[in-house]
Amino acid sequence: MATLQSLDIRRRSASTEAPPQIRKGGVEVAKLIDVSKCIGCKACQTACLTWNDLREPVGVTDGVYDNPRDLTPTSWTVMKFAEVETGPDLEWLIRKDGCMHCDDPGCLKACPAPGAIVQYTNGIVDFVSENCIGCGYCVKGCPFNVPRISKLDRKAYKCTLCSDRVAVGQAPACAKACPTQAIYFGSKEDMKVHAEGRIADLKSRGYKNAGLYDPPGVGGTHVMYVLHHADKPMLYSGLPENPRISPLVGVWKGVMKPLSLAAIAFAGAFGFLHYITKGPNEVAESDERKAAELTGGRGA
Amino acid sequence: MTNSWNDIKNADVVLIMGGNAAEAHPCGFKWVTEAKSTHGAKLIVVDPRFTRSAAVADMYAPLRPGTDIAFLMGVINYLLVNDKIHRDYVKAFTNATYLVREGFKFEDGLFTGYDPARRDYTDRSQWEYQFDDQGMARVDETMTSPNCVMSLLKAHAARYTPEMVERITGTPKDKFLKVCEMLATTANGERSMTCLYALGWTQHTVGAQNIRCMAMIQLLLGNMGVPGGGVNALRGHANVQGITDIGLLSTSTPGYLVLPNERETTLADYLKTRAFKPIRPNQTSFWQNYNKFFVSQQKAFFGAAATAENDFAFDYLPKFGTPFDTMKIIDAMAAGQMNGLICQGLNILLAGPDKQKTQRGLAKLKFLVVADPIETETARFFENHGEFHNVDPKTIQTEVIQLPVSVYVEEDGSFTNSSRVITWHWKAADGPGESRSDIDIMTGIYRRLKAKYAKDGGAFPDPVMNLTWNYSNPASPAADEVLKEINGYVLQDVTDPADPSRVLLRAGQQLPSFAMMTADGKTAGGCWIYTGCYTDGGNMTKRRDASDPTGLGVHGNWGFSWPANRRVLYNRASADADGKPWSERKKYVFWNGTRWTGADVPDYGPTVAPNRAAGPFIMNPEGAGRLYVRGAMREGPFPEHYEPMDAYIANPLHPKVSSSPVARIFAADKDSFGKPDKFPIVATTYRLTEHFHYWTKAVHGNAVMQPELFVEVGERLAKAKGVKNGDWVEISSQRGAIKAKAVVTKRLRPIKVDGKDCDVVGLPIHYGFVGLTKKGYPTNVITPSVGDASVNTPEYKAFLVDVKKTSAPATATV
Amino acid sequence: MTVTRRTFMKVSAAGIAASSVGALGFTGAGDALAASVRPFKLERATETRSTCPYCSVSCGVLVYTMGDKSKNAKAEVVHIEGDPDNPVNRGTLCPRGAASLDFVHSPLRVKYPMHRKPGSNKFERVTWDFALDRIATLLKEDRDKNFIAKNRDGVTVNRWETTGIFATSAQTNEAGYLTYKIMRGLGMVPIETQARI
Repeated sequence: MATLQSLDIRRRSASTEAPPQIRKGGVEVAKLIDVSKCIGCKACQTACLTWNDLREPVGVTDGVYDNPRDLTPTSWTVMKFAEVETGPDLEWLIRKDGCMHCDDPGCLKACPAPGAIVQYTNGIVDFVSENCIGCGYCVKGCPFNVPRISKLDRKAYKCTLCSDRVAVGQAPACAKACPTQAIYFGSKEDMKVHAEGRIADLKSRGYKNAGLYDPPGVGGTHVMYVLHHADKPMLYSGLPENPRISPLVGVWKGVMKPLSLAAIAFAGAFGFLHYITKGPNEVAESDERKAAELTGGRGA
Repeated sequence: MTNSWNDIKNADVVLIMGGNAAEAHPCGFKWVTEAKSTHGAKLIVVDPRFTRSAAVADMYAPLRPGTDIAFLMGVINYLLVNDKIHRDYVKAFTNATYLVREGFKFEDGLFTGYDPARRDYTDRSQWEYQFDDQGMARVDETMTSPNCVMSLLKAHAARYTPEMVERITGTPKDKFLKVCEMLATTANGERSMTCLYALGWTQHTVGAQNIRCMAMIQLLLGNMGVPGGGVNALRGHANVQGITDIGLLSTSTPGYLVLPNERETTLADYLKTRAFKPIRPNQTSFWQNYNKFFVSQQKAFFGAAATAENDFAFDYLPKFGTPFDTMKIIDAMAAGQMNGLICQGLNILLAGPDKQKTQRGLAKLKFLVVADPIETETARFFENHGEFHNVDPKTIQTEVIQLPVSVYVEEDGSFTNSSRVITWHWKAADGPGESRSDIDIMTGIYRRLKAKYAKDGGAFPDPVMNLTWNYSNPASPAADEVLKEINGYVLQDVTDPADPSRVLLRAGQQLPSFAMMTADGKTAGGCWIYTGCYTDGGNMTKRRDASDPTGLGVHGNWGFSWPANRRVLYNRASADADGKPWSERKKYVFWNGTRWTGADVPDYGPTVAPNRAAGPFIMNPEGAGRLYVRGAMREGPFPEHYEPMDAYIANPLHPKVSSSPVARIFAADKDSFGKPDKFPIVATTYRLTEHFHYWTKAVHGNAVMQPELFVEVGERLAKAKGVKNGDWVEISSQRGAIKAKAVVTKRLRPIKVDGKDCDVVGLPIHYGFVGLTKKGYPTNVITPSVGDASVNTPEYKAFLVDVKKTSAPATATV
Repeated sequence: MTVTRRTFMKVSAAGIAASSVGALGFTGAGDALAASVRPFKLERATETRSTCPYCSVSCGVLVYTMGDKSKNAKAEVVHIEGDPDNPVNRGTLCPRGAASLDFVHSPLRVKYPMHRKPGSNKFERVTWDFALDRIATLLKEDRDKNFIAKNRDGVTVNRWETTGIFATSAQTNEAGYLTYKIMRGLGMVPIETQARI
């Protein structure tokens, strides 16, 4: 694979070689999702399906507006609708769910297949399907429950942040489509500045806990939210309050990987997958530190 | 829209009522978002349901479907009682000062002159202004005379106290008053409010009056003609504005001219009542030019066959007796009075108000032609689709011809958006199979008809034979050439009346402006309001310069906005009586000492000085905005709350005249209305953001987003009926019953109406028995067949139902 | 106006140079990117300016077609997205507009003229010649039989009320104008459109 020579790649799954680092000047990107501006129209969903040539099957209505009900191998983003009564008035909190493109990506760290998950210098975490062995460790490694394994080809899928568009200087399809600028795309720095203005506006309208969701537990994310109730992210269809990478990812990376990569990759993946996906999703800070040590900090 | 999509960003307060802009027009709604984030504008949503517009609103107030006038008249009462009106504006620019005849009365729900036998106001004479012997309307500048419009309005509105508003609408009084306060912050020249509405106001028996009521509020607040103001109809289809402009309505001709009726036997007769004379000193009435527009149109239609001698082919146009609006067409079909129907991209079986009646009508036709890009229920009305559409094909004798039509990416042409901006689109690819464009299909039909009339003769062939058809390719006219005809051109040199040696326009030239049209047959033009869109400078609708020099959202070189490339209508009212901007903040069009200038094309004589005291509303013979419309509307000069035809309560204001006394009811439908004893729940229908009308059920991506018909039920009602999320529910009305999946929600809370706990359920309209979505019942099985009195729009938005838990439809594919 | 992809890329390149190439984080990426990043699928597609067919915001859209319009390449719509130049939508689209490629290619598009005989339970394919001639014949028969030249009072009314048309609000102004001219020229009174309902 030529990817090891790519100066754009910051990290690569299941690889210990340090990527070349001589070229500089890249800036980290971010997609800012302003929940207070989101009208839940799902333009991002259809734009995503159209751009990525995805064919989600037609489902059924089962009593909610969420369609599809959750992320699938062919729906990389979905709107989650929550009817919330925090005060006398109802709030309908609508959140666009999908890959957060963590700066410290649990999926990548958990992945045993060399080069199946990469992180570019701009922060995008991308799945390289050709290299994916369908083991599902990325599912377990993700603190946001995002990757989905396709029954069709047993490969993992999730939002690419439209790396193909970003590569040629275009915004992701969802960001471009969003009618109300609830999705905004640019450098992470610019997005943070923009978010400050939005938070000030929300505070002026009485949302005293308005704030930015850029969780430090995963090193910050390249998909951030502006929330009216940043003190209670769980209100937004269970957005984790303090997401972290599972300690099992650390165990795997530190101990088991060298011993059993081949076996797991080709034979035992599904038994182990079952075990690993039933484990806990929340971890203590000490575990997290240990995991970081075991995985060599930010390196792969 | 009086204003434009982009202009919404200039608003300080945005009221969404009678519509759901965030869901129905997300990309237009962005300008609401922009107003909120750039200068702290406040968004108010008043709707029976907590919608996705409400989800991002600063203020949400519920109300019972069909009670908008009670709410809005309550607002008017609040503004008048608390003196929260823009007084200078009201005095200078509205008819508040005008005196009305002494005989005008409103008693027990009826205005003067009602004839119960004809369900109509047959004598509207007392609704007139008082005129002096010069024919000028009399006014009282102090607005204190008991018969001036302001005093009459105060008296009319006084009944709509906040308590009465709450009793009728179910809107809690504190929420209602909060909305009033927010609206009242714009009763000055510093701030403005825009109002965005759609079918939530039109689809009622009092639809036109809902909108008029809002227009009155905007006049009282001084928000008409100003940036960030206006009354803005967010229209439906991509070119529903254009097709309305072009006049495809039973009694219209292009440019909002009126089809002659059978009492108008000559051109002079016809013009007599159209060219309104000014009724205030110094006023210019724009409609004085009606004859120029009409004659030019006849020349465009019939060319050399339209001559001064034959009244410019006046007899070539039909003279209508009965207006054949949509509900009348369906009624006539169902009564067996029609033989043929062409459905050109309109799925009438689902779009009409009573599916069963439309089905009976289609089955009685001799022939039906459906020209549509996609499969529709209308084309397949003869097929059996189980309990969703249970018919027997063998008994249906209608011959059906279905034609494949190309879509927008497969043809050149122009669309007119809701902001009245006409823009061109270019063909990208051929359509599938043997599909053809609407132009080619209509041309194909016409040319065959013409050949048959040429060969065999027949009934009055003259207009068929003489129709202008001078296109370079007569079998397939280019859209560009047709737009040239719509714009208009010069047939013979036009000279200056003052100096005949001076040629103003040369034969063959494109008309630069409707002001240059003549009534002597020297100019032709298909639709006067579009004149200027295709001049000798080329096709203006192709312009793509997006610049906005003032930053006010006036993109004057993008496409062409009718009329005269004006973006905000009545914009002279953005300056005070002396022509000075009301405020620096809202500076838009103003008098610079010698002429009107500013961000937009002035909607006024460009050099008519303000001291001539002509009013800014030049389409009205008064020149003034009307708080009182005399006989212009069928329901009366002021809006009044009437209950929907399926009435939830007896009208607390006048129980004896509970529903609209002039609503359009066909004899065949008189027993089709429900009562609350049997149908105790209020229902409304609506659109979902994931779908567009009845098209996108044929579109995969949208079918995924909202796959199946549902009914929204509040938690309390669901509990009472034992219904859980995803259960099948039967919704029945006096007209029929349908089944839908339950969406149990906190967003529909019961409201207190006239002492009763009122439950409201909501039904999206998009589903049917043809599509990629799950097969389902068309919602119009249960909606009422009754029309608005003024414009005959059916009452889809407010009716009575009952709901109960049921089993899945036999043919449901779950 | 058809802007070719090449012209568009030139414009884009200028735009990027004016802001910051580096902002997107692929500085110096060059060909190496291709290994893991999906190739940009519109690289040489032809771009045509159009207007979304759904609601009356009438968003500007860019329609991308396969082929460069050379004679032997069949133009096929491969992608649709918002036109950033359009002052109203500025490149954005709603869930309908963003899925409109599926409308153009809907399996429910009607492809051929079809005819259903009285009492039949199905459509049968016919030629355009048959369909148009049949329609003209049916219209003429009904018009000639039911045309009202004068009403009961002897007033010339020249009207035809027994056949009507529901005209589409999705057609162009030009098609609508011809529809109007032809149908009113025939004396038809029942002409309606979606605007009413």
